[in-house]
Amino acid sequence: MKNKYSIFSLIKNALSGHENWQRAWRDPEPKKEYDAIIIGGGGHGLATAYYLAKKHKVTNIAVVEKGWIGGGNTGRNTTIIRSNYLWDASAGLYDHALKIWEGLSQELNYNVMFSQRGVMNLAHNLQDVRDLKRRTHANRLNGVDAIWLSTEEVKKFCPIINTSPNIRYPVLGGTLQKRAGTARHDAVAWGYARGADAMGVDIIQNCEVKGIKRNGNQVEGVETTKGFIKSKKIGVVAAGHSSVIANMAGIRLPLESKPLQALVSEPVKPIIDTVVMSNAVHAYVSQSDKGELVIGAGTDSYVSYTQKGSHNIVEETLRAILELYPIFSRMKMLRQWGGIVDICPDASPIISKTQIKGLYFNCGWGTGGFKATPGSGDLFAHTIANDEPHQLNAAFNLNRFVSGDLVDEHGAAAVAH
Amino acid sequence: MFLINCPYCGERDQTEFSCGGEAHIERPKQPTELSDDQWAEYLFMRKNIKGVQFERWNHAHGCRKWFNMVRDTSNDKIHAVYKMGETPPVK
Repeated sequence: MKNKYSIFSLIKNALSGHENWQRAWRDPEPKKEYDAIIIGGGGHGLATAYYLAKKHKVTNIAVVEKGWIGGGNTGRNTTIIRSNYLWDASAGLYDHALKIWEGLSQELNYNVMFSQRGVMNLAHNLQDVRDLKRRTHANRLNGVDAIWLSTEEVKKFCPIINTSPNIRYPVLGGTLQKRAGTARHDAVAWGYARGADAMGVDIIQNCEVKGIKRNGNQVEGVETTKGFIKSKKIGVVAAGHSSVIANMAGIRLPLESKPLQALVSEPVKPIIDTVVMSNAVHAYVSQSDKGELVIGAGTDSYVSYTQKGSHNIVEETLRAILELYPIFSRMKMLRQWGGIVDICPDASPIISKTQIKGLYFNCGWGTGGFKATPGSGDLFAHTIANDEPHQLNAAFNLNRFVSGDLVDEHGAAAVAH
Repeated sequence: MFLINCPYCGERDQTEFSCGGEAHIERPKQPTELSDDQWAEYLFMRKNIKGVQFERWNHAHGCRKWFNMVRDTSNDKIHAVYKMGETPPVK
């Protein structure tokens, strides 16, 4: 049983020099067999294991991770959380996640630093205005909070934005989702890992999957760098490397893996207390609790597994940032990095069974998976436990690419990538 | 960022080019006879290889011609560039 984190445990451990904190999770060797194996120890994978154990009482689970937990896209995203998607299926999916976020720190007894500071999306031309107003109405019909702001209201909400009509892409208004915001991404992985571990889930790090063993049309287990592990149910949550795992199982997915970049500036005093995204000029920015500006750039246009990304992408983003926020013109950027995102043709995720029995995929989150972490884990756990999707992820099946029933969020998701 | 050796113009900066995705996906010869599964396979399913991959590229801000490339997606190294219609080099 895990010790509960509280003000009393903090005081107690402070008095003993912080030397007696209990390990947050074990470091076990893999057993020979599990009831379910989750491939990928990022936020989504750990959340899947957590909800499998908590809601479906499947506790004999291994999460196998080739590196360290949260070292992939979980630790590389820009931590933005929102649910203002256009289509009904997406609104249902992402708002389900947002509702879990609202109580997540309490549920996990782990501070994920969820901050509902609002996310504002800017419009820069008449078509943007029409699209964003339409999305605002669609959001409200789906019970997702959204309001339209005029240029003056945008300026009032975030005074450092340049709202002059004389810039290349003037701000013509924007939308605001007040329930949206940010969270500490590492804490999400750690919180779910600690919670899952407490219920008996084995988190096995530095264990790379090398093959998927099949007996006819049924999975038998995974070959890993720590030996063969048997299981009749395998959930793959491998983000950019989903196709690599799919190839091991002999199936193909409708995915392309591309580097997506982000960067942070030197830390400064609080200057922007919300998240501002701009679709048309491709710039989005927020400020971390440490004071760094957190800036998201775009994806490269070609498949690549190098976690770097091209320099011209960063240049384009910073150009847009400077025009919208002239106050940042002399700031220095500290770090830049890339993560490999798996993009679906319709820019919506896949949380689905496959044609192989016992093999499940949770992938295709593309450039915006972090926000969905709790909902994704919850629904994928449901799908694995029942061998059937939950009604909220039924639309996000693999078969939609055959039936043509796509959930096209490319233009609708409020970010153009 | 890398340099690309356009078979028509020579070595140019990658920003002049746009990537057209996986190469050698053959358009169905009898489209009316394809099942939904076969259409999905043709339209959406991709190899998305981590390693040596065959791709189509276009010199969009140059000669605007299409060509093929053999590239290692794990380190962005280009192994070969060849014109449309030419036999792909063996890797």
